[in-house]
This record gives sequence, structure tokens and C-alpha cells, in this order.
Amino acid sequence: MSDDSRFGLARSVTLPGPLALDGGARLSPVSIAYETYGTLDAAGTNAILICHALTGDQHVASTHPITGKPGWWTRMVGSGKPIDPARHFIICANVLGSCLGSSGPASIDPATGTPYAMRFPVITIRDMVRAQAMLLDHLGVRMLAAVVGGSMGGMQVLQWAATYPERVLSAVVIASAARHSAQNIAFHEVGRQAIMADPRWRNGDYYAEGDPPASGLAVARMAAHITYLSEAGLTEKFGRRLQARDAKSFGFDADFQIESYLRHQGISFVDRFDANSYLYITRAMDYFDLAEEHGGLLANAFAGSKRTRFCLVSFDTDWLYPTAESRAIVHALNAAGAPVSFVELSSPFGHDAFLLDVPELNRVVDGFLRAGESR
Amino acid sequence: MSELRPDLAVIADHVKPGARVLDVGCGDGELMAVLRSRGCDARGIEIDRGNVSAAVGRGLSVIQGDADTDLVNYPDKAFDYAILSQTLQTARAPDKVLEELMRIGRRAFVSFPNFAYWRVRLSLAWGGRMPVTPALPVSWYETQNIHQLTIDDFRAFVRERGITVEQAWFLTGSRRRGAAAANLRAEHAVFLVSR
Repeated sequence: MSDDSRFGLARSVTLPGPLALDGGARLSPVSIAYETYGTLDAAGTNAILICHALTGDQHVASTHPITGKPGWWTRMVGSGKPIDPARHFIICANVLGSCLGSSGPASIDPATGTPYAMRFPVITIRDMVRAQAMLLDHLGVRMLAAVVGGSMGGMQVLQWAATYPERVLSAVVIASAARHSAQNIAFHEVGRQAIMADPRWRNGDYYAEGDPPASGLAVARMAAHITYLSEAGLTEKFGRRLQARDAKSFGFDADFQIESYLRHQGISFVDRFDANSYLYITRAMDYFDLAEEHGGLLANAFAGSKRTRFCLVSFDTDWLYPTAESRAIVHALNAAGAPVSFVELSSPFGHDAFLLDVPELNRVVDGFLRAGESR
Repeated sequence: MSELRPDLAVIADHVKPGARVLDVGCGDGELMAVLRSRGCDARGIEIDRGNVSAAVGRGLSVIQGDADTDLVNYPDKAFDYAILSQTLQTARAPDKVLEELMRIGRRAFVSFPNFAYWRVRLSLAWGGRMPVTPALPVSWYETQNIHQLTIDDFRAFVRERGITVEQAWFLTGSRRRGAAAANLRAEHAVFLVSR
């Protein structure tokens, strides 16, 4: 398999499609940037699909091409980790609508020869999952030993179990929800309005000028970043400490460390992310309501999933996707009769805990995946 | 594998291999692990976070939840057996928990420490103190056992609710004993009930 160009790091494929989208549009062609790690076994039983979060990408365990930083989930994926290329064939694809090589608003619209910008169709979490299924077909992967993801990645995992139950043996949903709450939508709307209020946004047509709405995107990122952390975590890390000064400046410079930190988060984000992609992906998350697709009853979403094992994890300091959201999913799975494990882990890191050092998370995911492999 | 707690050993020996089982208050899953090795489809609910992650870490289907609030979502007769070991006396509403158990399971195993055991009576009658025994090791102010009951209490309780006792086992420490004067002589009881 090693000489098969479909497999390895920094892969990309353009499939003819068309991909019928929930919004009614048909996308064609469909480009998907992805990476694979490890080797698919002869029986095709060891494939694990990893779904990334809002601003994540396919570089789950490889160096990011723009930032030069290690992959975003090297704590979970790698040699000796719960998801291990020595045991698993690992696939991670850039979601539809994103900007690291998969079709999105920055892609060229074949009808005009210019970037889609806001002419890119609005997409949903289910559209992202359908595109991933097309990729798996291209790779010759029929069955998934597991689909794993945190935050928006967890939404995709739930959508996988609901849409393709026969292809998913185990589902790991971390710090996620089956629908976006009013509060979730509200925070996203703040981010979108920040982007659209930037005069450089130009109704989305900023690609030709090479002058993107960096200020608006940075503010969007700053606002969102606060929601990923806990109040206690912020207090411990920054408190009211001043940034490289002994006294308040009586001005509007970044006096406090937390201000400086957030500004840095915002500025560094714009180097690696496209503002229009941020609009499209936050919209997809806001539209996500798995129960709504199934007559308003979440248990119905899992009616076909009786074979799929589920593992849900929440974190006690995550107020963006609080434990109650995971518990609602657990109750629906109980009602559907699906095998489910669930634990609320303790961590000071808020929503971001799923990306950070929480040894209990690795222990839970490892035990859950191994039990599935021994079936 | 370490030896099972005596009441769990009784339950493990009387669950039919291959059965669907819900263990309510499953701890770190020691009973579930034994049942799984006998081909059972075992699921668990446990309130303690550390126990839940230990159980999931060993590959068991356990959810962090509360017997008082998290049983309502299971369908009727979803399991061949519902198990409530050493948990009835810790529930806020033991009567409602038992009703849920009878709804979810075709049969239920219920085990609990007997508050009419002679050592307990002695401690209370002669010592004038709340008992601290091997079966009830924690002082009154920190015990989770907020609804103490006796074997005779349980018998009356199920009779009033039209629940049938199919079988009962009585234990002192790990030793089985007969039903004679069990309410006085047994430290623990395990009941298999159905409706």
C-alpha cells in the first residue's frame, strides 16, 4: 500500500461529484485534502476516521504547513497513543467549507474561474460527513472501526452514526452536543458580525486584492477563544496581572496579560484561516440539530445504530458544550438501546480540555477502542 | 481477577449466560467484567467519576449517572436482569428506583445490608450508638446509606407492590446461611424479584 499515492501525508483528491447538499445546491467537483497514517489491514477492520473541530484541519499528527507547529491532536494520535498508526489506519480530512485544501469559499468556482467567496453554497455538518464518505469510498474503506472527534468533530461523529450506521462500529464523541444552543449560536453571530463589519471583507470578495478582513477575523477568534477556556483557568493563568509593565497605562494598550494573550491568539489565527470559511463553518454548526432531522426526537437519530458502540466524554469546566448536552445524547442512546459509555471528566481547561493534557481522557478512549477491537 | 464481593458472586452465579444486564451502581464494573466473560451484554450506571472511567477504561459500557434520575430513559423490559447491588439504601427515593428497575428489567437482583442483623441491633440497643460494622463501615454523618432497611422491611415492601420474590440468599461475611431467622442472623441479603 505504501506506493499507493492515495495514502500518506498531505494528500488531496478532486472527485467529480456532484455532492447533493442539504441546502439544495449540488457541488461539483469536490476537492478533499486529507492525511492517512498507518496501514489498512487486509480485512479492512482497523480504519479510524478523525473529525476535526471548527478551525482544525487534516494535520492531526503532522506538522502544520503554515504554523510549523505539531499536529493538533498528538496527545491522542501517535505511537503508543490510544489511536496508534501501528494498530490503526487513521484518516483525517479537512472539512468541506474549510480552507486547508478542501472545497470552500476560497476554492475556484468552475463556472466563473474565480473564487466562490459568498457564492459557495451554505453547507451543513451532514454535508461534511457526506463528503468524508465520498473520500472513504475513494480510499476503498468500507467499515470504520471508529469515528472520533471533539467539539464540531463530535457533531460529525454523531452525524456519521445517524447517517451511515452500518459503516460505524464505534463512535467517540468528546465535548460536543447534538444541537447548537441559543448561546452557541449567539457567540458565533458575534464572530460573523465582526468579520462582516470589517470594510476589507468586501461582501466576501477580498481574494483578488490579497487584503483579507484580518481585523474582523482576529476579533472573531478572540471572542471565540474566551468560550474555549474556563473562568477559573483564565484566573489561574492570567488573573489581573499586567503585561510587561508595573502600572496601568491609563490608555487602551494591552495593559493586562489576558488582553495581550487574546490579541496574540487573534493575530496568529488570521495567518492560517480564511474569514469566509469561518462564516461558512460556524453557520454549519449553528444549523446542526440532529433531533430536528429525525422528527424532533433525538433517539430516532440512532434507530439504525444498534450495532454502533458509543463513548461520550464531557468536561466539568466546559460551559460551551456543557455536560447536560452529552447527557441528553446518552439518554437518547439509552432510549434507542445502543451500547453507550459516558463520563464527565474533571479538568481546569474548559472546552479546550479535549485538546490538552487530560490523562483520564486517553485512558477512557484507549479502553473503549481496545474493547471494540477485541469483539 | 480478584474475588467478587460475596453478594456479587451470588448474582454472577445466577445470571443466565448471554443475558442482557443493566448493573445500576456498578462501581468499577467488577461484576460486569465477570458477566461479560460469560457472554452477557452488560451495561452499567455509576455515580462516581473515578469508578466510571476505570470501568470504561476496561472496555465496559458504563455511563456516569444516578439511579434516582437516569433510569427513566431506558425502554420497558430492555434487559433480562436489572441489578441493584448495595445501592437501594443509598437512593433518595428507593421505592421509585425499584419501580424503574421492575419496568426496565424482566427480573431484578437487589442486594443490601440488613439493618436488623444482630450485631447492628446490639450496637443500637446496648451501645446506644449507630452501628459501624464490616457491612456498614462508615459513621452516621458520612454514610451514603440514607435509607437503611431490614430483610423483613424489604419483604413487606415488595409484597405491598405486587412484586414476587423468586429466590433469596442470605450472607454473613462471605458465608451463606439459611433463611431461618435471616432477619436476625444475616448481615446481607440478595433477592431475585419479578412482577
